Amino acid sequence: MLGFVIQRLLQAVLVMIAMSILVFVGVYAIGNPIDVLLSPDADQRIRAETIARYGLDRPLWEQYLVFAGRLLQGDFGRSFIFGISVFDLVMSRLPATLELTLAATLGATLIGVPLGMYAGYRPNGALSKGIMAASVLGFSVPTFWIGIVLIFTFAVNLAWLPAGQRGATAALFGVEWSFLTVDGLRHLLLPALNLSLFKLALMIRLARAGTREVMLGETVRFARAAGLREGTILRRHVLKLIAIPLVTVFGLELASTLAFAVVTETIFSWPGVGKLIIDSISTLDRPVMVSYLVLVAFLFITINLIVDLSYALLDPRIRRGRG
Amino acid sequence: MSEPLLRVSGLATHFFTRAGVAKAVDGVDLSLARGRILGLVGESGSGKSVTGFSILGLVDAPGRIVGGSVRFDGTELVGLDAESLRQLRGRRIAMVFQDPMMTLNPVLTVGEQMILALRAHQRIGRTEALARGRDLLGTVGIPSPDERLRAYPHQLSGGMRQRVAIAIAMLHRPDLIIADEPTTALDVSIQGQILHEMRRLARETGVALIWITHDLAVVSNLADDIAVMYAGRIVESGPARDVLDRPRHPYTRGLLDSVPGDMPPGARLAQIPGSTPSLLHLPQGCSFRERCARAATGCATMPELIAAPGSPVAVRCHDPIGAAP
Repeated sequence: MLGFVIQRLLQAVLVMIAMSILVFVGVYAIGNPIDVLLSPDADQRIRAETIARYGLDRPLWEQYLVFAGRLLQGDFGRSFIFGISVFDLVMSRLPATLELTLAATLGATLIGVPLGMYAGYRPNGALSKGIMAASVLGFSVPTFWIGIVLIFTFAVNLAWLPAGQRGATAALFGVEWSFLTVDGLRHLLLPALNLSLFKLALMIRLARAGTREVMLGETVRFARAAGLREGTILRRHVLKLIAIPLVTVFGLELASTLAFAVVTETIFSWPGVGKLIIDSISTLDRPVMVSYLVLVAFLFITINLIVDLSYALLDPRIRRGRG
Repeated sequence: MSEPLLRVSGLATHFFTRAGVAKAVDGVDLSLARGRILGLVGESGSGKSVTGFSILGLVDAPGRIVGGSVRFDGTELVGLDAESLRQLRGRRIAMVFQDPMMTLNPVLTVGEQMILALRAHQRIGRTEALARGRDLLGTVGIPSPDERLRAYPHQLSGGMRQRVAIAIAMLHRPDLIIADEPTTALDVSIQGQILHEMRRLARETGVALIWITHDLAVVSNLADDIAVMYAGRIVESGPARDVLDRPRHPYTRGLLDSVPGDMPPGARLAQIPGSTPSLLHLPQGCSFRERCARAATGCATMPELIAAPGSPVAVRCHDPIGAAP
């Protein structure tokens, strides 16, 4: 098990290095930020001075090494636009995205898995067919459209919930969170619902497919022959047998939503990192883009690592060097 | 004699498929006394496994029991409600399957699976349940049972896994165990051990056994009685010695001839010509007649399963072997 962890950690480091190079070169290719940084009437001297100050006159590999060296010391650089540390900038936005993403992904999993298992358990029931039909909607209707419909219905027509912004927050561990206040929760509900619909459909389909397959297998037959109750069979046998694809998709969805909840954040004016990256791309705020993408890569790698480790917890056959 | 532990009469289980109705079991009669071992023999697709599942009420859709009766210790099981059936399963009638790699849950420890099986029928604490499990693993001949309780199925050998499955089946000291080809997936040497173990357990605990197999050699060492199935029906049944020594149905004769016994080495084994008929398109009358050397025009009607006067063996044939001319 320890060897497994070390091997994965080494892989993670290599992927991080590769990712940071790719991101750096990619962003370098997008365009020269100097045109954005300077007013059009700046003269040649100021221009050369600014280029030198940001190190933009040095060769690419040298710029990368300086960037990577600072990164290792925890220095993500300074935003060209906001003039503050990129780390502080991202961290001020990250909690908002984090709670939105967690609410959406956890909600989708906790509701979707039982629904999907039911649909797989009784594939011909009317309720199951209803669940599956609804899941097709969740897949096929675009997020931005559902977001607008949700705002129109619940915020404009019914006036039950606010249409956007984060609402009141409360501090926990020195970070402001919306889910700790009633007003914050009211603000969180619609965007979280909007983000979760696609994931909900995905979880339902995955859980249903897994359950159907396992229910026809000999394990379930043997458990039934031993007189186990159907509920026990579903909870103790089937859920554990279908867990690996569910955990995989949970991890992937969590990571990709953390990074790219842009559409929903824009529709609901949710002040998260998704909006930050879109803004920084339009202003060619290079330090923010690079740091953000490196951070996203780091998040993906971390979540994948946790998913890999949880495989070993879920399936004893994956563990090595035992028995 | 009092009522037997299990009496199956006229049991019919049909599968309603798109291609038509497959009569997997079509009028099976069996009877089994306490502590006896019945060998249910037949080729693949003869309906022997479906018979086992039908007794437990475990037939999956599109299959359905369409007729007949299963009386177990005074209770009628056909048409019994799901919860009462569940309470019988595992507690009074248990089942062991062919491939323990498929039946045991790969992601739960042996101990965990034993706890689940125990708690299905009684309130019992974990420690106590594990102690019971440990005892039974010892009973079925598993060395160092403490370690095995913590093991996962893939860490055990095939024979060991099947012993675990047998231990789980025996947890509640059932009156009847239905064993569906439990040695087929095992090495020949392990087969012998498991057979020996089952015979010993049956003798010691007084559990009745239905041993479903395609292998006559297996049942000849084990069973008190034998019932031979063909295309969803019993074609011959009676005490094992009589059926094996003086088979009366041409199909039983054919099965016995295809077992290498006292034949001189190098001699060719006899085979039954043709193959098992499709259950969707059974021939009119006796289902074996198209493969039978003794078939005559009379065979176009279905023969009854009857015993000749004074004979313990019942046979479903118009012209059984060794009948008085």
